[in-house]
Amino acid sequence: MTSKKWVPYLLLAPGALWLALFFLTPMFNLGATSLYDPSGSLETGYVMNGHVGNYVDALSEYWPQFLRSFTFAAIATVLALIIAYPLAYAIALKSGQWKNILLILVIAPFFTSFLLRTLAWTAILGDNSSFVHFLQNIHILPEGGRILATPFAVVMGLTYNFLPFMTLPLFTSLEKVDPRLIEAAGDLYSKPFNGFHRVVLPLSMPGVVAGTLLTFIPASGDYINAQLLGGIKDTTMIGNVIDRAFLERGAYPTAAALSFLLMAAIVILVASYVKRAGTDELV
Amino acid sequence: MDQIGGDLRLVSLRKEFGDFVAVDNIDILIPKGSFFALLGPSGCGKTTTLRMVAGLELPTAGQILIGDHDIASLKPYNRPVNTVFQSYALFPHLDIYENVAFGLRRRGVKDVATQVEAMLSLVELDAFARRKPSQLSGGQQQRVALARALINRPEVLLLDEPLGALDLKLRRQMQLELKRIQTEVGITFVHVTHDQEEAMTMADTIAVMNQGKVEQLGSPMDLYENPKTTFVANFLGQSNLLTGEVMDRGDFVGVKVWGNHIKIPASRVATTNAKVWVGVRPEKIYISAESNHAHDHLGNQLIGTVLERSYIGVSTQFIVEIPGFLDDEKIMVFEQNVDASEVKAGDRVRISWDPSHTFALDAKQDAYAGDVLAEAE
Amino acid sequence: MNWIRKNIIMIVGLLVLFYMFIPVFVVIALSFNEPKSRLTYTFDKFTFDNWLHPCSGAEAMCPAVMVSLKIGLISTIGATILGTLMAYALMRYRFRGKGVANLLLFLPMASPEVVLGSSLLTLFVSASFPLGFWTILIAHIMFCLSFVVVTVKARLAGMDPRLEQAAMDLYANEWQTFRRITLPLLAPGIASAALLSFSLSFDDFIVTNFNSGSTVTFPMFVWGSAQRGIPPQVNVIGSAVFLIALAIVVLGQIIGARKRKALAA
Repeated sequence: MTSKKWVPYLLLAPGALWLALFFLTPMFNLGATSLYDPSGSLETGYVMNGHVGNYVDALSEYWPQFLRSFTFAAIATVLALIIAYPLAYAIALKSGQWKNILLILVIAPFFTSFLLRTLAWTAILGDNSSFVHFLQNIHILPEGGRILATPFAVVMGLTYNFLPFMTLPLFTSLEKVDPRLIEAAGDLYSKPFNGFHRVVLPLSMPGVVAGTLLTFIPASGDYINAQLLGGIKDTTMIGNVIDRAFLERGAYPTAAALSFLLMAAIVILVASYVKRAGTDELV
Repeated sequence: MDQIGGDLRLVSLRKEFGDFVAVDNIDILIPKGSFFALLGPSGCGKTTTLRMVAGLELPTAGQILIGDHDIASLKPYNRPVNTVFQSYALFPHLDIYENVAFGLRRRGVKDVATQVEAMLSLVELDAFARRKPSQLSGGQQQRVALARALINRPEVLLLDEPLGALDLKLRRQMQLELKRIQTEVGITFVHVTHDQEEAMTMADTIAVMNQGKVEQLGSPMDLYENPKTTFVANFLGQSNLLTGEVMDRGDFVGVKVWGNHIKIPASRVATTNAKVWVGVRPEKIYISAESNHAHDHLGNQLIGTVLERSYIGVSTQFIVEIPGFLDDEKIMVFEQNVDASEVKAGDRVRISWDPSHTFALDAKQDAYAGDVLAEAE
Repeated sequence: MNWIRKNIIMIVGLLVLFYMFIPVFVVIALSFNEPKSRLTYTFDKFTFDNWLHPCSGAEAMCPAVMVSLKIGLISTIGATILGTLMAYALMRYRFRGKGVANLLLFLPMASPEVVLGSSLLTLFVSASFPLGFWTILIAHIMFCLSFVVVTVKARLAGMDPRLEQAAMDLYANEWQTFRRITLPLLAPGIASAALLSFSLSFDDFIVTNFNSGSTVTFPMFVWGSAQRGIPPQVNVIGSAVFLIALAIVVLGQIIGARKRKALAA
């Protein structure tokens, strides 16, 4: 049946070629650009001289933004996990005939543009919004205190925006949990939390791993939330820096070095996380 | 394609998956128009053999001949062979009519209506032509699968565990139905199953397969009455196998079993070795009180004690312990419930059987090969 | 009290769901807003005008929507075709290099959009390829491809390979088998892959922003106007896209349920 050995290659070729040309080549190009002499410009052209100094400059100047990006992304990921778990659990194991409708409802908000939803948060969290006034009145927020343009708003925005990336993998793995297992755990005299801790949580680990990765990666590279919900100073993320370096300052070598560093950092973080989760928690 | 015809012959057919030899150089001749069964436990290579004939696996070596044409390297759609798949594989998005017409349409037949209608009435599904497969019962789906294959008038029809998904009663009914249809259309049927009863009910010839090899090939009666290996003796029905040593050879071979003399016709001794397994089927043995000499004329006889007696409706089963025999050589006896048996547990009994119901196998073979219960342990 | 304890997970779940919808409600509400000035983003006065005349008052918006629709459609078609072929090869054939192909598909999904966008920019700039419609299209097909493959692969995994074998057994060659059996059975998976592609493409800002040159897509228009004041018509487009997508998904569900019901009858 598989006598025509070239058939699968033929089927793969167009897509693989596309990815090779427009994903792999750009990555190499990015790497090369990051080693150009930074004294050039788009107009005069760049000289390739293996200028590793770009990385030193990038790190020494922008390490706070790197650190902030990963901190924000990590907090947002944990928050998203805490928020999404009950939702995924309810849909997977408690919803019965409503399952499909609830699933549609999880995806539905994301048919509205990412930017518009984030802008909507600026309206909700804005200094003159009724929500902020309410928080001030019950003294959760001090008089004149604000939410918009704070790190809190940025983390909240990141958490909100990547919630379905957390919910759907969690749902997929929880759906495979046989409800009878939970009953069996109850039958064997474990308290409800124990049953969850010993039965459901371990079984949903693949979903937790996939969900955290799918949330963390885009969150750490995002700059829309930082731009729209954040302030001028304490909320700038590495995405903002890269965007400005490329598109406003035209400082390609430094920008490419930053971009390359972000990719490398994520690859290392993800690989070590998958390895840890794969050996310690997945089994 | 149309000119290919004749007997189906597998010649030194071999299939390896990596280091695993699934089918180990088998040779089988299946005469045109016969109902042939490949019988064996799961993993014995029977399904792989079938898939090679269908063209769904390429053989590692060997030939698959229909008449004089080697079809081993032809694509599945270039072979005059069709398959009834396990769990049917009916196309869920096509109705029954289109499922049955599928093969004809692919071969460019213009007017399929007459043939499809005739085929649907052969399997008694005329009324269901426009239903989808999932709207039919298991038995009906089975018949659609059969019709979908048969309509192409293949040289060989392959059936992969065709009745596996049906309940017992329906399975019995379909066995007779399949046999009727095969006789009616006269196409060579090759049937793969692990169910010995199914194979024996339908097939003219059975090949018993084990670990990629053909253990024995013959008519159902031949295999049952005169098994050539311990595997066949145990896999088809049940057998008492006793340690024996050949004492003298003639028309009848004399064998000593723990001091008892047993006679076996020479034609039923499958080995020239002196160490043998002496075999006899439980239902061939008569059991009576030690004092009862009514069956003495049969020829082979042992004296022992009844350990267990269980009534199971159609028969009563006894387990008899013979002094001097090994622990696992207790003899099983099935007695038809014609009269109420005189024998109770604990009684001394005389068990007798005809030498022509005895067989002898090479003692080098594993006495438990093919024993479903022993292998499950 | 007991009722609450029994249904606590469901209640929390529904609260989370409500939270996910808050911004959507705001977008829909603002689409009926008649703001006092362009710079305020608060609800002032109810009006139908924005829905009746979405293109007037925000002259640059409608062309941007058209650009986004065009790019969304073409990149969906491209990514769906390329991705379906790849998924089929990966699921139905054994061949050397499958691991490499899977890795090549996984990496774009594991890369942040800034990196995807900026690396493409460096390529286009060093190749002196003019930025604009075509570069956006190239980028969108690239990042949609992996998602199509994942979606279609999942559908293929749930499909009994014996169906395709049965077709071949019944004289259908490879192409006929694909066309008559695989493709129809795969259709729901391909449809959801296409829907996903379109929404990814239509909504993308970051990658597009790097590679758009002077071409303006709808998200880029929104981004631009976020600095200058957002016309309420933007929320009309956002709400309309939301409602249309919701309608498509609900319709798909109803058709699916009908089919299942008809089969069960």
